[in-house]
Amino acid sequence: MNTPNTPDGSYSASNEVTQVKARRSVLQNIWRTLKTAPPTAWFGMIVITLYLTVALFAPLLAPHGQAQVFTMAYAPWSDEFLLGTDALGRDVFSRLIYGARNTIGIAVATTLLAFLIGGSLGLMAAISRNWLDQVLSRFVDVLMAIPSLIFALMLLSIFGSSAINLIFIIAVLDATRVFRLTRAVALNVVVMDYVEAAKLRGEGLVWIMRREILPNIMPPLVAEFGLRFCFVFLTIAALSFLGVGIQPPTADWGSMVRENAGLIQFAEYDLTAALTPMIPAAAIALLTVAVNFVVDWFLHQTSGLRDEH
Amino acid sequence: MSTDNVLLTMRDVRIDGYSDDRWHHIIKGVDVTLKRGEILGLIGESGAGKSTLGLAAMGFARPGCKIVGGSIEFDGIDLLGLSSAELRRLHGSRIAYVAQSAAASFNPAHRLLDQTIESTVAHGIADLETAKQDAIELYRDLQLPDPENIGQRYPHQVSGGQLQRVMTAMAMSSRPDLIIFDEPTTALDVTTQVEVLTAMRTIVEKYNTAAIYITHDLAVVAQMADDIKVLRYGETVEDAPTREMISSPKAAYTQSLWAVRALAKPPQPALDTILEINQVHASYGKSVKVLNDITIKVPRGQTLAVVGESGSGKSTAARVITGLLPQLEGEILFNGSALPRALKNRSKQQLQSIQMIYQMADTAMNPRHTVRDIIGRPLNFYLGLTGAAQDQRIMQLLQLIELDESFLDRYPDELSGGQKQRICIARALAAEPELIICDEVTSALDQIVQEGILKLLLRLQKELGITYIFITHDIATVRAIADQVVVMFQGKVVEQGGKEEIFTPPYPAYTELLLSSVPEMDPDWLTQLQQQRAEAEA
Amino acid sequence: MHPVLTTIIQRLGLGFLTLFVVSIIIFSAIEFLPGDFGQAVLGQAALPETVEAFRRELGLDKPPIERYLSWVGNVLSGDLGNSFSGRNASGVDRSRDVWTLIQPRLANTLFLASMTALVAVPLALMLGITAALYRNSFYDRIVNASTLTTISFPEFFVGYILILIFATYFKVFPSLANISDSTPLLEKIYRTTLPALALTLVIVAHMMRMTRAAIINLLASPYIEMAQLKGASKAKVILHHALPNAWAPIVNVIAFNLAYLVVGVVVIEVVFVYPGLGQLMVDAVSSRDIPVVQACALIFAGTYILLNLFADVISIVTNPRLLHPR
Repeated sequence: MNTPNTPDGSYSASNEVTQVKARRSVLQNIWRTLKTAPPTAWFGMIVITLYLTVALFAPLLAPHGQAQVFTMAYAPWSDEFLLGTDALGRDVFSRLIYGARNTIGIAVATTLLAFLIGGSLGLMAAISRNWLDQVLSRFVDVLMAIPSLIFALMLLSIFGSSAINLIFIIAVLDATRVFRLTRAVALNVVVMDYVEAAKLRGEGLVWIMRREILPNIMPPLVAEFGLRFCFVFLTIAALSFLGVGIQPPTADWGSMVRENAGLIQFAEYDLTAALTPMIPAAAIALLTVAVNFVVDWFLHQTSGLRDEH
Repeated sequence: MSTDNVLLTMRDVRIDGYSDDRWHHIIKGVDVTLKRGEILGLIGESGAGKSTLGLAAMGFARPGCKIVGGSIEFDGIDLLGLSSAELRRLHGSRIAYVAQSAAASFNPAHRLLDQTIESTVAHGIADLETAKQDAIELYRDLQLPDPENIGQRYPHQVSGGQLQRVMTAMAMSSRPDLIIFDEPTTALDVTTQVEVLTAMRTIVEKYNTAAIYITHDLAVVAQMADDIKVLRYGETVEDAPTREMISSPKAAYTQSLWAVRALAKPPQPALDTILEINQVHASYGKSVKVLNDITIKVPRGQTLAVVGESGSGKSTAARVITGLLPQLEGEILFNGSALPRALKNRSKQQLQSIQMIYQMADTAMNPRHTVRDIIGRPLNFYLGLTGAAQDQRIMQLLQLIELDESFLDRYPDELSGGQKQRICIARALAAEPELIICDEVTSALDQIVQEGILKLLLRLQKELGITYIFITHDIATVRAIADQVVVMFQGKVVEQGGKEEIFTPPYPAYTELLLSSVPEMDPDWLTQLQQQRAEAEA
Repeated sequence: MHPVLTTIIQRLGLGFLTLFVVSIIIFSAIEFLPGDFGQAVLGQAALPETVEAFRRELGLDKPPIERYLSWVGNVLSGDLGNSFSGRNASGVDRSRDVWTLIQPRLANTLFLASMTALVAVPLALMLGITAALYRNSFYDRIVNASTLTTISFPEFFVGYILILIFATYFKVFPSLANISDSTPLLEKIYRTTLPALALTLVIVAHMMRMTRAAIINLLASPYIEMAQLKGASKAKVILHHALPNAWAPIVNVIAFNLAYLVVGVVVIEVVFVYPGLGQLMVDAVSSRDIPVVQACALIFAGTYILLNLFADVISIVTNPRLLHPR
């Protein structure tokens, strides 16, 4: 047991009691964290990996093209068309696989853009804390006063629905939430003495942002990325379902639900037909659940909540 | 019900706490014996387990802690064997608790009087009207202003010292056999502390209540307790009656605690002035002025202590000197030439010459930087050092602050409180400054560690000729380290002069109040002060 | 004047200012339409004079401020303009007044939202509070896992699952929620049950999680521990100590989710083909019928802002520091 008193009884600073953590490599740290993950988090991670693989290797995995038309519309499930064909005679299974690439791809691009815009503006607002902060915050307040789905609908009716418009509109609307979070989290760090010490030294704004603030706000930002992805993903799916999102013939899960929704009424005659529109919807739900489980676990790890024992 | 005088018996109590995914031993076998009407002082450094032990005396363990061994007997009742309902019957009726932070422990939605008598009425000890009248009497005994009506107020409408006394009234309301005071005056100014201590002791004596008084301040515990128990790392170091322990402590650790207050720097004559603050006014925004016509002269190569309580403006003065808060009027001269008001207008040279060390070393260092990064950055930024030259200089600085190279790659959360503050000192030294502002740098540290830091600072001053502006509220520290002293009160300078001069009467009224309020190691000090003040008023 | 009153008035002022700015944004939407939209609305066969007359009717030849003011004036007096649909190339204008289009739809949407709120709010509060009280128990874990799953489902998925089970396979409820002014109340409730249920499932999940988090946060306060140390029973701690401080966070949760309800209603209406404002807006967006889109957006945004305003005022009124200043 360390005591500050050396054998001759005098005080020695280097002998004060501390807890030094063992130094491990990055991989070892990752493996240790994974071992303590609950089954829900494992489920989430496996599902996410599966989806990403499908999205990346879509052309290799899909038996047919996403816009390829066959002669028989509304064909039942068979060996050639695993999930049958839709109203125009396109293979549902292939469209499902390509849909992974399209829907997830657009959602990821939108979330990244939202973070780029919202994150950098939020950081700037937290550091400057003067008129810039006021102007940005008021502007964001106003933008957030309109429900985002409604706003998106309105903007899409004006500018038209294309993939680029969709990405930009939703990214800008979602950037408001990222702005709020980044600003709040950065403000907590900005008032710390070590940031003031850096300012007193004469460090520039960029150095302070990069070396003092950013490393300390990563955990909540990473969690928020996951949550924002879910929200963006669901919003794009909803817009496509409503017919104003991703336009045909591009395969997209939301519009696939819409296109095949009519099959549900045949449930008592042919259950598989009724399930056909449910599968893309279930695919959306599964990915969102998986991401939510992983983010939930991540938040639990980093916040260190003290529970009853 | 036991027939003899013993109220509380704790034998071989063991308590574990959960942190970092493991269970740690917090209390490792401590015995406590308390008689009726007796006050036990429990002292120790932070982390010694005093609070945990105090709560255990009630049979209570916070979430994350559990009592794993030993016995706790209160008036013959085995507390550990009680059901939670039975235990609750004792809490707030026969055993009461006074917390450290009164502001956080009162419900903001209810009036003070309601909260004061709440448990008394709920436990059926008295009916509503009797309890209310009794509470008002308690307020009167505790010297609270306007005792008839103060109970109608809400917690946020009342000051910290008053809230602490209301909390004492709340504990006393059910006439408990035992009260546990958990660091009740730690967060208060020294002039407020005296009033609260007096009030607490008066009322505990009046109703012959037993008490456990937890604190880390030796002089305070000497006033309040009949017996003192010293805790360290969850174990008892020494346990003796107060007078005996004050005059002749037996254990080496206890002796070192006592010795801290003996440090005193011999005064030196003043040389030329390194920093001059002339008629400076400052305020935050358009509200009240925080500094009002301040004039201070800082002697080169010596230590100027700035003494004051909260709201005196001493920290603001530091911010004005460093340029974080540009002053409204007046000027600041450094080595004869005027310093630009705002930080951004100052040259690198000027920034380098004046360095600052903060009170809370935890927040003064970036938790994601290693010691090497923290000390290395000013070396790189100001002196342009890199590579081997930088490493060499870092090693030299580590040796200067009495640490070794094993600390290079540590992160701040792997350092103790004293070590963290030493790294902050090294960071300031790395810039090779002429003036270092120490803003309450020892206030958050334990006694022995404080002594170590003060000794280090004195040594560095002798070797390197650095000037210190030492901001503090603790008079003992001032005696230990200062050459010149400035006393501040509500944004004004009350007096400035050499240490001996300031500590010799006659004093201006505020200095008189401040100095006389500082508790001393004499157990009779508080009683004598009470008499003096009563005579002065008569 | 009492600080609570000043704070409330400030907040109200801010709310109306926001409404004003939002209306400008919605109004100026029309500025961004591509130049040839007049042609697009009237069709290819329209003559230039017809297009010109159309543009003049919309007032596009006047300066923006004048247009905005006349638009606001019209809105306040109930005239939301005329729909783009019903016009054709020959200049014959069978377009209908937007308000007559909106009014029955608005009533239907309000009916659906109220039905949902009446069930969802008490249910969510009860689940959230009990989950917070019995934190980390089996009950809490189940509730947490199931709500986490439900909030991950797209609303249309929930809707179609309900249709699949309760309308198509087991024919308990109708799958198309067709109601109109003339439908009797009980019949209305019967037909609206499924869409209301779908909305409830989504809203309850969100609201329950937020309530639970707010209560847990509250229970970590030092004055709660102090109450326990005074020997208060669990019930007393919750009801007497925690609850008075919980109004503000809970009301905020409710208002936030009611605002969410306003949006979620859009998708559900499309799934169940419910004749509400949401479906009207979606149709208008598809056909780029701008006046209708603007009017719907204004109504939705206005409701959202008013709900948030209400939540803020309740927070102010239940804050003891503001009610009893120094």
